[in-house]
Amino acid sequence: MHFLTNIGLIHYLTAAAVLFGFGLFCIITRRHAVGILLGVELILNAAALNFVAFEHFVAGGITGQVFTVFIICLAASEAAIALAIVLQVFRTHKTIIADEIADMKN
Amino acid sequence: MQQGPLFVASFWALFLLTIGSAGIVALSRNVIYSTIALLGTFLGIAGMYIQLSADFLAAVQVLVYVGGTLTLILFAVMLTAKIENIQTSNTWRGRSVAFVVIMFVLLILGRVANSTSWPAVAREAMPSTAKLGHAFLSEFMLPFEVASVVLLGAMIGAVVLARRAVKSGSEKE
Repeated sequence: MHFLTNIGLIHYLTAAAVLFGFGLFCIITRRHAVGILLGVELILNAAALNFVAFEHFVAGGITGQVFTVFIICLAASEAAIALAIVLQVFRTHKTIIADEIADMKN
Repeated sequence: MQQGPLFVASFWALFLLTIGSAGIVALSRNVIYSTIALLGTFLGIAGMYIQLSADFLAAVQVLVYVGGTLTLILFAVMLTAKIENIQTSNTWRGRSVAFVVIMFVLLILGRVANSTSWPAVAREAMPSTAKLGHAFLSEFMLPFEVASVVLLGAMIGAVVLARRAVKSGSEKE
């Protein structure tokens, strides 16, 4: 009962760990390129949540939030670049199932 | 810090929202449902940021992720996926292997989190936007400028990658 009513660091770490697990599952199992990108977004969000939680409960100061801003910034640019690549791959291959794009294997 | 029942209830509501929609993202058979469920995850995390006294980050999370990234992903899905074919638009492979890997990773994370004694102090949730602004314009000046260059580079790169190649015939005229 104490665990349920006394919210501490471990609760936010648990949420981030489960998010990370779902993101990893998404990346491993998805065959759709955008699906893989969704998994990457989940993992980045889990990492950002960990930064903010540690800053609030352990470190103090503001550094954790600064790095979370950088994570959000990089995630946005990564999504823009990745989706541009996905669009271009779809134009040339007519598919974005990651297994079927294997030109560079030969 | 004394936590009111409202704080505890809101944490568990946000927890369920975040984890539940992350589960839909990872497990749904339809890529459109996965993308829209990502909205719940982003909003849940924005709520958790407010609880962790990161009010500016919560606003940025909603503006950038929900307003920008999610819209972009939805456009990409609609331009590329064969959405009408719901059963196969988001197929899986290697579920059992993935499950074993995830359980292994979560086991290690749980062991580390339990065996480490964090010097955790419960603080009051305070607005932190002013402190964040001061940090960006003094201590983190250089990373801040580099991040803006990265954003500019990503923007130009995305435009160059996504445009159609100009036909050589019209180019000569």
